Amino acid sequence: MASEDIYQEFIIELWKHPRNLRRIKRADKDAEVYNSACGDRIHLFLKIKKGVIEDASFEGIGCAISQASASLFTGFLKGKKVSELDMISAEDVLALIKIDLSKNPTRMRCALLPYEAMKKALSKSYSKS
Amino acid sequence: MLETEKIRQDFPILREKVNGKPLVYLDSAATSQRPTQVIDAVSDFYMHRNANVARGLHKLAEEATSAYEDVRGKVRSFINAGEPEEVIFTKNSTEGINTVMRGWGEKNIKKNDKIVTTILEHHSDFVPWQQLARWKGAKFEVVGITDEGELDMTDFEKKIKGAKIVALSAASNVIGTISDVRKIARMVRDLSHENAIIVIDGAQSVPSMPTDVKSMDCDFLVFSGHKMLAPFGSGVLYGKRELLEGMDPFIYGSEMIRKVGMKTSEWNDIPYKFESGTPDVAATIGLGTAIDYLNRIGMENIRAYEKELARYALQRMGEIDMLTILGPHDPGKRVGLVSFTLDDVHPHDVAAILDEDGIAVRSGHHCAMPLHERFGIPASTRASFYIYNTKSEIDALCSSLKRVRKVFS
Repeated sequence: MASEDIYQEFIIELWKHPRNLRRIKRADKDAEVYNSACGDRIHLFLKIKKGVIEDASFEGIGCAISQASASLFTGFLKGKKVSELDMISAEDVLALIKIDLSKNPTRMRCALLPYEAMKKALSKSYSKS
Repeated sequence: MLETEKIRQDFPILREKVNGKPLVYLDSAATSQRPTQVIDAVSDFYMHRNANVARGLHKLAEEATSAYEDVRGKVRSFINAGEPEEVIFTKNSTEGINTVMRGWGEKNIKKNDKIVTTILEHHSDFVPWQQLARWKGAKFEVVGITDEGELDMTDFEKKIKGAKIVALSAASNVIGTISDVRKIARMVRDLSHENAIIVIDGAQSVPSMPTDVKSMDCDFLVFSGHKMLAPFGSGVLYGKRELLEGMDPFIYGSEMIRKVGMKTSEWNDIPYKFESGTPDVAATIGLGTAIDYLNRIGMENIRAYEKELARYALQRMGEIDMLTILGPHDPGKRVGLVSFTLDDVHPHDVAAILDEDGIAVRSGHHCAMPLHERFGIPASTRASFYIYNTKSEIDALCSSLKRVRKVFS
């Protein structure tokens, strides 16, 4: 796969100017995932009000794919109902990044890291908001 | 220097194409490539000479056993051990270190004893000692490094006082630092506990330079065959006879026994006490062939060649903007590998773009998380060289690195 296929302009743009890259203080749900194979790390934060994701953000250091995916995914989550979250599939997340990673399972994991973080955050016990 | 073009002819994999480009294999620190001589030795064994060792009285079994034991003698000579019985065959360095941890450590370490290792270590020479210290309530001390990536000898001198185990790598798999094992051993004999053991992880040094366990005065040395042209599944634990004889076995079963009764069993002599179960005979035969191959080139010549490749790499990579080299800038102080960061481009992205150009490097923590924490980085990219690499491959690496910069500008 050539650079042009993975490192498309919008990926590089998101790498330079990530969206939602910040910590939410007193987040209602948060979780960190770390891919030790490549050193990618995503800490996802969710602020929930009346069953709706009011805000979503992330912190982390990782490859351009994982960071771009986190930027797009946090944007995607905002305004979603908490009850809808377990209907989000891996394919939905991969569709945000618009790159065909089917032949690249390692990179697919990078793209799905923020999604893994969301699932981990939701599986933890609720903390009072 | 080495007859690299001639050597490269022995490695058919170097003619492979990756992503349509010729393979530039710069990941020998992860595993080396294998010459046809070693591959043929393994095939030949399976095709014409295969039998289990030390278990049969028929001709094939006797010949297999004899060939296997010949390799033990070759290894003895290769590292200048006193006797072949001091050479234990393992599957890799990790197994060797764990054998010492279980066989010597469990028996001899008590509460409040001190175990010392360094921040340079591969996890296989860090985690076993850390865990042993936890189980026994012993102190676990980690010697630091200078900003140049060499062992902080002031810290070392302080921490080894009264230590019972001092474990360290002769060469770092991340930043390449060669530690002066002879000097270190003298310090340990002077300052540590009178029964202290020195355990050397030679995984990254034994393939790259002459090894002499007598002049190192180490108590144990481990190394892996797959990093020195030999098959996966071959490896060595060297230990001084009196220490091995005093150790408990690690894995129990066949071959390590002399006699098995209903209630008790009697252990076999060394080395067999530590070679339980059917070994990877073919891999060990391959190790013998690999040692022959390396001896024909000469370990001093390999060291000189790697040093020259390191020098050239440090020079060319030093010309690249915003590239930070980790570890010694003096090629004389490192084995032939260079780990680096490229500004704020994540190492995974660096490796991915290099891969597009057919260049194989490794990105990640290289099984050395404490070391990366010390440098304050999540990961690094590592290019490692061996006898079949060339300066023009280093040039290709540098061109590709410049392209990484372009993609991320």
